[in-house]
Amino acid sequence: MKKIIFNIFLAVSLLGGSLNVVAETAEEKGLAIAVEIDKRDTGFKDSTVKLKMVLKNKQGRSSVRELRTKTLEVTGDGDKSLSIFDKPRDVKGTAFLTYTHTIRPDDQWLYLPALKRVKRISSKNKSGPFMGSEFSYEDISSQEVDKYTYKYIRDEDCNGVGCFVIERYPTYKNSGYTRQVAWINKQEYRPEKIVFYDRKNALLKTLEYKDYKQYLNQYWRADIMQMINHQTGKSTDLSFQDYQFNTGLSEKNFSRNSLKRAR
Amino acid sequence: MVVRIYIVCLFFMLYQTQALAAEWSGDVSMQWRSFLRTPLAQNPQQSQNNFSLAIQPEFYHEWDNGDQSLTFEIFSRIGDVDAQRNHNDIRELSWLKVYDGWELKAGISKVYWGVTESQHLVDVINQTDFVENLDGEDKLGQPMIQASVESDWGVWDFFVLPGFRERSFSGIKGRPRFSPLVDVDQVRYESSKKDQNIDLAMRWFYMLGDWEIGLSQFNGTSREPVFSPGFKNGQAVLVPTYLQMRQSGLDIQSTSEDWLWKLELISRNWRAKNFVALTAGFEYSFIGIQESDADLGVVLEYLYDSRGQQATSFFQNDVMTGLRLVLNDEQSTEALLGVIVDVDSGESFISLEASRRLGDAWRLELELRGFRGVNKTGLLNSLKRDDYLQLDLAYYF
Repeated sequence: MKKIIFNIFLAVSLLGGSLNVVAETAEEKGLAIAVEIDKRDTGFKDSTVKLKMVLKNKQGRSSVRELRTKTLEVTGDGDKSLSIFDKPRDVKGTAFLTYTHTIRPDDQWLYLPALKRVKRISSKNKSGPFMGSEFSYEDISSQEVDKYTYKYIRDEDCNGVGCFVIERYPTYKNSGYTRQVAWINKQEYRPEKIVFYDRKNALLKTLEYKDYKQYLNQYWRADIMQMINHQTGKSTDLSFQDYQFNTGLSEKNFSRNSLKRAR
Repeated sequence: MVVRIYIVCLFFMLYQTQALAAEWSGDVSMQWRSFLRTPLAQNPQQSQNNFSLAIQPEFYHEWDNGDQSLTFEIFSRIGDVDAQRNHNDIRELSWLKVYDGWELKAGISKVYWGVTESQHLVDVINQTDFVENLDGEDKLGQPMIQASVESDWGVWDFFVLPGFRERSFSGIKGRPRFSPLVDVDQVRYESSKKDQNIDLAMRWFYMLGDWEIGLSQFNGTSREPVFSPGFKNGQAVLVPTYLQMRQSGLDIQSTSEDWLWKLELISRNWRAKNFVALTAGFEYSFIGIQESDADLGVVLEYLYDSRGQQATSFFQNDVMTGLRLVLNDEQSTEALLGVIVDVDSGESFISLEASRRLGDAWRLELELRGFRGVNKTGLLNSLKRDDYLQLDLAYYF
């Protein structure tokens, strides 16, 4: 379905140029942008990366989280990911396995190293904070086209480049947001900034993507993602290190059994 | 010559620690236990307050692209007034090799089976470290050879378990403890091979959408002892006997968005008799209560044993209600309150566990355990004055 819509969009743009684009509704144009983002990010197969989160409160006191994440691209469904925590040290070795899905709820497992117990957990908690940070589970989970409906708002310059401004509205249950406003780089179809509005449609958070690098001549990844919570004054800087793509990971590295030996 | 080999090995390990993926981690913790009542009149040696230290370091090294690894973890407690509680245990000393589609583990290790919270019926591979905690979640390392095969038809685990570990019991000064004292020196076995019987176990695990199903079989020496009255130096004691058993286990969890439905069922044959026991219930989660980040889980489980009052567990017709609070804050604050009530007698067991991180490397844990309405007979009777409050302050490295 995604592909068909994209092909129609492509054909329309190629044939008619600006005239046909104008004929699109704002919803169609918003969706087309989201489909193009998804298409440009398809085909990386798998990736591994180290994450460091610095949590800052209003008083400027900070604490650090470190984890490593492996991702497996799944065509036709959401990606699979495995995260292993290194810091804080009392949760070292705790591992978190997620099979994301587009419409139905994600499957999630938690591995508790002290008990050697693998626990299947409820994935209802989309809006809850990830490790006490300003990122919620829904912010860091795999972004699939069908997880939102879209609306194109306007064109605007951001960070000195041309951007589309689109709004997206979560289609899944238990989101903490009514809507998100995203600034999408027109050239590279990557997000530069996202502003989040809470369940009461009040301004909640701003996420900025910084220091983009391109991998395998195609995939753009920001080295730094900065999330500021306007309601609490807290912020989280998330930085990424040692991105590796197409490393040969397979389903067996993401099985429930593999959680027990995750390190 | 031996010394030279030893030095070479030591240098190799140090070199590995720096150059390859080898690492030390673990924790040191201080524990303070305060009993809320004076001991039973027949146990004047027991004390009211108790302070001890525990250390649990772990060495981990992997090679062969992560397909082979060595894990070594020991546990030691010192300083407790009870000599039996000051113990050392090798929790893990195992080699793991991952092949394509299956893996092999050899050495001392730990295995967890099951899904429920109130008791752990199907979890029978490791012996309980009973002096550490009454809840049965602390385990002694078990020698094993384990093969784990992943197929389209589920995960198949096969275990050969040489060498039996006796359950640890509190000594004369220890609390909480059974009265009369459990005399581990007089331990008996049904098997003529005593603690050298080689036990066999297997488990099949299958996942079907929201359903997870485990079927297990264990043939060998029961980890749970039965007690018979005995004497030591003219004093009455309890003598533990470890019977041979054949146990089949079933555990199921169904996970939907808000509900976790859980079942553990066992059928055990020992002393030429059969009995069944089960734990069944659910956990429901309220997410983001009162517009906050906190989650509140409600746990309800029913515990049954077909032997009724003859059951060797305390839970033959009991209901556990629990509340789990997770604040989802920066300090990962969480608490679990549980009450198990005997439907027949009204006896109850109360438990509160709460913990919070302090700074980046410390964690404070609070534990409260209590017994209410304990009747005059039965093993629980000897624990009725052993309600305690415990604080653990752990430093992680």
